[in-house]
Amino acid sequence: MSFLPYGVAAWLFVIGLWGVVSSRNLVRTVLCLTIVQSSTYLLLLGIGYRTGATAPIVADVPATSKLVDPVVQVLVLTDVVIEATVTALLLALVVQAHKRFGSVDPADLRQLQD
Amino acid sequence: MSRPVRLGLFVVSGCGLATVLVLAFIGLPDFGSAHELYGAVVDYTENGLRHATDVVTALNFDIRAFDTLGEEFILFASVSGVVLLLRQLRGEDEDAGQQKGIQEHAFAGASDGLRLASLVLIPVIMAFGAYLVFHGQLTPGGGFQGGIVLAAGPVAILIAGRYLAMKAVAPKRLVESADAIGAAAYALIGLGGLIFVGVYLKNPMPLGTPGHLLSAGMMPLNSVAVGLEVAGAFLVTWSEFLDQTLINSPGGGAGE
Repeated sequence: MSFLPYGVAAWLFVIGLWGVVSSRNLVRTVLCLTIVQSSTYLLLLGIGYRTGATAPIVADVPATSKLVDPVVQVLVLTDVVIEATVTALLLALVVQAHKRFGSVDPADLRQLQD
Repeated sequence: MSRPVRLGLFVVSGCGLATVLVLAFIGLPDFGSAHELYGAVVDYTENGLRHATDVVTALNFDIRAFDTLGEEFILFASVSGVVLLLRQLRGEDEDAGQQKGIQEHAFAGASDGLRLASLVLIPVIMAFGAYLVFHGQLTPGGGFQGGIVLAAGPVAILIAGRYLAMKAVAPKRLVESADAIGAAAYALIGLGGLIFVGVYLKNPMPLGTPGHLLSAGMMPLNSVAVGLEVAGAFLVTWSEFLDQTLINSPGGGAGE
């Protein structure tokens, strides 16, 4: 069972990519990309976890208590915020694409193929 | 490339990728037995060295502060991108839309109960956001989390069905300034380290008593700077998108 979180991370990564490739709607493409990114959160937090350890808050705990790895938590924490704004940027591109081509189906973005 | 070819290509390459991922993950330490030296060292020495009780915030705003500087500017750059991308559209139609008499962007069916709940929630959300920003070095929280909660306050006004009221509380010029000032403040705090102790982003301030509100040196300042930037960034992004619905509402427009 100790492999399970990593297995789920790999699954999310690949299934998210499948969503990106198979999308017929650019909004769905963007959301699938966030699924790919969620897999990295799961992987990072999984790597940092120690069985029986508490959160890395050192107030009111004995100095010898087990704590989880805080470094991966910092990476995930900032990444969540950045993911949200980058998603907004991509959605702004979708709005523009809809304005220009009148469709959010990637197959209709014909001018990209010229 | 046609769709079946593309999907078929992905099935083959996706299976290959999955295999490689599984092989790579097998080499990782078992779940629950993390042994990274860096994290362990930080866990047990940070409180003595930096006087913050929240190790995550200490890493974020002091030990790996330079990392956060980069992340902050990714945030800033992507919000600038959103503004830039959606700006061109605004020039086209906004004036025309307003002349057609769109006063309020109201959610259909915003009941009085929902409005009351939103109004009650706003001060609670804002207080909680400020608490998260200011107690970052003590308890779980900090500028990133607190900033988003702060940004959620004005959005509650929107849920109450009054978009223009939200713009009155959080005018674009104000939230854009918050975004920019927060980003600049973080970089300037780093400059303070360069001037007073000779290293960029090194803590130049007294560390104080662990557990006190004003402790852990420059962490509270950094937390406030980041909180300001994140709150500003999210409000700018949301108002840009909501403006799109205002612009396009007369003709049905770009709304999905």
